[in-house]
Amino acid sequence: MKAPFNDRKYVINIIIFSIGAIFLCRLFYIQIIDNSYKLSANNNALRSITEFPARGLIYDRNGKLLVYNEATYDLMVIPQHVKDLDTAELCKLIGIDKEIFKSRMEKAKSYSYYAPSIFEREISKETYGFLQEKLYKLQGFYVQARTLRKYPLSIAAHTLGYIGEVSQGLIENDNYYKPGDYIGISGIEKSYENELRGKKGVKIMMFDVFNREKGSFRNGMYDTVSVAGIDLTTAIDADLQAYGEALMKNKRGSIVAIEPATGEILALVSSPSYDPNLLAGHDRSKNYIKLLQDIKQKPLYNRALMAQYPPGSTFKILNALAGQQLGVLKEDSRFPCSLGFHMGNINVKCHNHPSPCNLEQSIQYSCNSYYVYAFKAILEKSGYKKTSDAYNKWLDIVMSFGFGKKFYSDIPNELTGNIPTPEYYDKLHGKNRWHALTIYSLGIGQGEILVTPLQLANFTAILANRGYYFIPHIVKKIGKTKGINKKYTTKQTVKVDSKYFDIVIEGMDDVVESGTGTGAKIKKIEMAGKTGTAQNPHGEDHSIFILFAPLKNPKIAISVVVENGGWGATWAVPIASLMVEKYLNKKVDRVDLEKRMLEGSVKY
Amino acid sequence: MREQKNIFYNIDWITVCLFLALVLFGWMNIYAAVYNDEHKNIFDFSQSYGKQLIWIACAIILSLIIMMIDVKFFPAFSYFIFVLVLVLLVAVLIMGSATAGSKSWFQIGDFKLQPSEFAKFATNLAIAKYLSASNIKIQDIKTKLVTFLILGLPVLLIILQNDTGSALVYIAFVFVLYREGLSGNVLIIGFLVIVLFFLSLLINKFLVIGVIAGIALLLFVYIRKRRKEITMLVGLFILTAGFVFSVDYVYENVLEQHQKDRIDVLLGKATDLRGVGYNVNQSKIAIGSGGFLGKGFLEGTQTKFNFVPEQSTDFIFCTIGEEWGFTGSTIVIILYVWLFIRIIMMAERQRSSYGRIYGYGVASILFFHFLINIAMTIGLAPVIGIPLPFISYGGSSLWAFTILLFVFVKQDANRLLLL
Repeated sequence: MKAPFNDRKYVINIIIFSIGAIFLCRLFYIQIIDNSYKLSANNNALRSITEFPARGLIYDRNGKLLVYNEATYDLMVIPQHVKDLDTAELCKLIGIDKEIFKSRMEKAKSYSYYAPSIFEREISKETYGFLQEKLYKLQGFYVQARTLRKYPLSIAAHTLGYIGEVSQGLIENDNYYKPGDYIGISGIEKSYENELRGKKGVKIMMFDVFNREKGSFRNGMYDTVSVAGIDLTTAIDADLQAYGEALMKNKRGSIVAIEPATGEILALVSSPSYDPNLLAGHDRSKNYIKLLQDIKQKPLYNRALMAQYPPGSTFKILNALAGQQLGVLKEDSRFPCSLGFHMGNINVKCHNHPSPCNLEQSIQYSCNSYYVYAFKAILEKSGYKKTSDAYNKWLDIVMSFGFGKKFYSDIPNELTGNIPTPEYYDKLHGKNRWHALTIYSLGIGQGEILVTPLQLANFTAILANRGYYFIPHIVKKIGKTKGINKKYTTKQTVKVDSKYFDIVIEGMDDVVESGTGTGAKIKKIEMAGKTGTAQNPHGEDHSIFILFAPLKNPKIAISVVVENGGWGATWAVPIASLMVEKYLNKKVDRVDLEKRMLEGSVKY
Repeated sequence: MREQKNIFYNIDWITVCLFLALVLFGWMNIYAAVYNDEHKNIFDFSQSYGKQLIWIACAIILSLIIMMIDVKFFPAFSYFIFVLVLVLLVAVLIMGSATAGSKSWFQIGDFKLQPSEFAKFATNLAIAKYLSASNIKIQDIKTKLVTFLILGLPVLLIILQNDTGSALVYIAFVFVLYREGLSGNVLIIGFLVIVLFFLSLLINKFLVIGVIAGIALLLFVYIRKRRKEITMLVGLFILTAGFVFSVDYVYENVLEQHQKDRIDVLLGKATDLRGVGYNVNQSKIAIGSGGFLGKGFLEGTQTKFNFVPEQSTDFIFCTIGEEWGFTGSTIVIILYVWLFIRIIMMAERQRSSYGRIYGYGVASILFFHFLINIAMTIGLAPVIGIPLPFISYGGSSLWAFTILLFVFVKQDANRLLLL
């Protein structure tokens, strides 16, 4: 039986096929061509939870803890998931007002609608307690554990440095960092960032429509485990550092103490300083701005590495060494001094002392006249026709002592100081138009020459070692086994023969025994020092003293600079001496002197 | 005439296999959609997939029973069954329990029965019975009126239950009527009405009218010699224009808010992905994120974590799309198209008009569900809550579709015995 309208089955079949085909095309489009749905799906259900590793701890040389971590919590928000929020309650919980809430929400949204961003950082434990209870009501918010740097001894702020939120520029250049991450910004937090930070872990967790955690995505196939940061042992002696900071209280300047045999920095004091805890935690930015705005004190400024002073008389020692090396000074070389050096219109004053001095005495009495003559001899009698050639020879020796250049040590932000080049003088005076008496002040450590306290301390260590040094460094050991960079254990030899040091050191011994630095004398400890007075056109001169002890087998080399401290003997000598006593004897017997130094202050 | 003892005699195994494939694949996806680690046991009858397993077992038993019943039973009792279901539809309005705004369920203990699912089957019986009578010609006005009445009664009752989606399914009978001789213009007009409706909502009405006027003008130039047709053309134009202008009224005053929202979402006028657009957006995300091969069985994050609402019932296709990807979706669509084509082929080989009409009804009802359901999940149709046949979770719908299909399979198996 054949029904009429038989061919209509074709029409109906065509309709069915067409619909099937339309569906397949549409599915092909949304499943294969358009990728946006895949992203949306991941944003919907998957969330990567960053596991922040504990940052490495930092110890002093005796195993005392300098920096550790304390748990803290960041309140995170995912704008997409925020629903039915009781704004007032949240504001009350974390103590912000509605305006701040709004602006933070806007900020979070402008960063990403789907990805988490920090809403409130470093919530206190108490607030966290309250928050934890209410969290179920705050859809779209969650708490992420973090660590906060703590400094139990509150010392060595400049050396340790601080951590802070990573900058936008760095995020773009280094894909390890994400907005809101912390990074070392200064000090060894910065220079050892890679060791300290450890490795962040990522856990991809699944969340259902109610923002409830539903376990790990694909059994953790894409997860990475966080690796804790490596602990650092520094060369710092916490007691000495703390003592140095106490001594420098109410004074401006710095103390740098180095173990000559290793180049390890025992203490690095820059004053005025600040409590490193101020730059960690909730109020960091507020405190930072406060410290930054203290233009008078400049507490953030690391004088030990960045302040540059004329070395004054301490530099005479270098000229004594250079002169011997260049063959123009002998032990018995004598130069006259009639209360100073007088030639033409050059008048360099000197104080009253027996004259003429030999080399040893010249250091003991810090004779200005002697070193103008000596410097003149270096430039005129060392066998070079041209002054600039002789100067270059001298410069070469000076630079070999670490002056005029950076050590590229493990504390960031050191400055080079300044040792003028012949080109500089060519420019200033005209080529070959300058000679010894044009630049005589270099002989006594004044003029264009600038050094940093770190360079001065290293210089002292070279003297203690009689001719070599190790690049001064803060970190002694990385982790439990890993040694430090080879460059810190490579001996750097200066361009003055070891034999020339003895006479100079004898002179420095005399300085302490019966010269300009007698205030440094400590019972039963033989030592060598040299005072210096850095001329300061802006006010009272800076007081400088370098010292190492004991004379045989030196354990500590130290430089002290007290800005506007006047004569070296006033502040720098006793402070250096107390530091040495503290370090070598572990206690200080000269209570009166100690008290005077601790309580004394320099007027600025 | 001799009744066969073997109930599988001459049965169309392809149809049976397609049916079983869809049911089993459906169950797997219900398991995936509901799956969580605490309830892994497939026989956990507290979970949807456990229950569905019971519904499937019952459905298979039902199909066996149908195969055993005398082939003349359903033709003979068509009207009776139809009236019975109408009574149930009335009863549910009075005694039923409401879920999600529709009052369409009988709650008997834990068990819920939805008469409207069975109404499609019963209506199909009635339509087949009526149209296959020897003196009936669909071109007659009286036939049209009676047909309209048979369709209109259940539709009216279902609309009263507030289940518009299920009521819309009755549009599917247009295909049956078309096959039996209803003017093809009905299909074209129907198609144009839908296109014009959405077009009028989407773009400026005057632009729509302008385009229509342009087309009318071209036709006028073509047929200007024939006066009668010109009259018709003018009439059509006025009707069309009137329709375009009435769209706003229908949209504003006839449709309910949620229906308007769904249309807005489809047309891209509403982009509130957290509110009215949420379902469709999440559904598209789920399917779209499946990619070519899918995320793998039980690995779909969208469906598993309930981002897609109604994911084991109306939005089950999301789970398929997400976990089985384009490959799985394609296979499902091919299975359906194959089933529809097969049923139509079988309908055409029936010796009785009753068998043919009933067969077309089966194909049309299934096809309409398939069309609306999948189009909705992939964002080609507004959200209309009707199940995907054999795959969606739900006892009533599975049983109703099974009965609908197997009554025809029985008819087909015995087609040679009937004159």
